[in-house]
Amino acid sequence: MMIKHLNCHDLLSSLSDYIDGDLNADLCKELEQHLYECPNCRIVVDTLKKTVELYQHEEEDATLPDDVRMRLFYRLNLQNFLKHD
Amino acid sequence: MMSEIKTHVDEPSLELLRNGDKAEFAKLVDMYSGKIYRLVLRILGNQRDAEDVLQETFLNAYRSIARFEGRSSISTWLYRIATNEALMAIRKQKPQVSLDVEGENDRGDAINKPYHFADWCCLPENDLQSAEVKSQMRDAIQRLSPALQTVFILRDIEGFSVKKTAEILETNEGVVKTRLLRARLRLREDLSEYFGKNLGEVS
Ligand SMILES: [Zn+2]
Repeated sequence: MMIKHLNCHDLLSSLSDYIDGDLNADLCKELEQHLYECPNCRIVVDTLKKTVELYQHEEEDATLPDDVRMRLFYRLNLQNFLKHD
Repeated sequence: MMSEIKTHVDEPSLELLRNGDKAEFAKLVDMYSGKIYRLVLRILGNQRDAEDVLQETFLNAYRSIARFEGRSSISTWLYRIATNEALMAIRKQKPQVSLDVEGENDRGDAINKPYHFADWCCLPENDLQSAEVKSQMRDAIQRLSPALQTVFILRDIEGFSVKKTAEILETNEGVVKTRLLRARLRLREDLSEYFGKNLGEVS
């Protein structure tokens, strides 16, 4: 059986699922066939993956700065519960 | 190898919270305020507004906890209040920004075609992790419409599932996925433009 040929535009809507590993096997095959033939789409997929990765790694510390915490507790009328760890 | 098991801190008791127990509410605040602050700081891009929204979020939560029915988890409920407060703050900052989804009125499935094809994905990590790149990344997020931005931050940065993201934003998973794709493509475009210029200079 012939693999259906996708063009660059058809491929776009599946890219998120593809890089998340959520694309079904058939579509995956079609997409990879296209990537094999189309350097531009290959670049788009690679850089899209990398973009998401860069943002994911950019996690910051989730502790609240002390002064922000203090003002929050006062604003909520919870200052009696402001203990230091 | 065994997967890592996180020690789970007890969720505050919903029953005590509903009865207005202040110590329990303080516990809730300490459990979530850091995460909520980080989230709204990402959405708003400045500390002053983020602190206001943080305070409004917990004031609002305190006022409405008695009516919270527990159909979603406490965390989903809190993140929902926080995102709504952040969006209201954006509306105050820039009344001209439309909160319903930019682009979604020009047909939900219209996705911008890729435009930049610089192949920067395999640059050395040092170049990818520089302070300049990080500041580019933060600016790029700020250029997204609030609708795309919130989805991207909740899903890709905070790491919530598509399902939880949809619950927080009170929309369906299909909408989350479409917005996520558009957000990712747009951020890719911005980074590609940036790296494209840099790669150009090197050669
Ligand atoms: Zn292509």
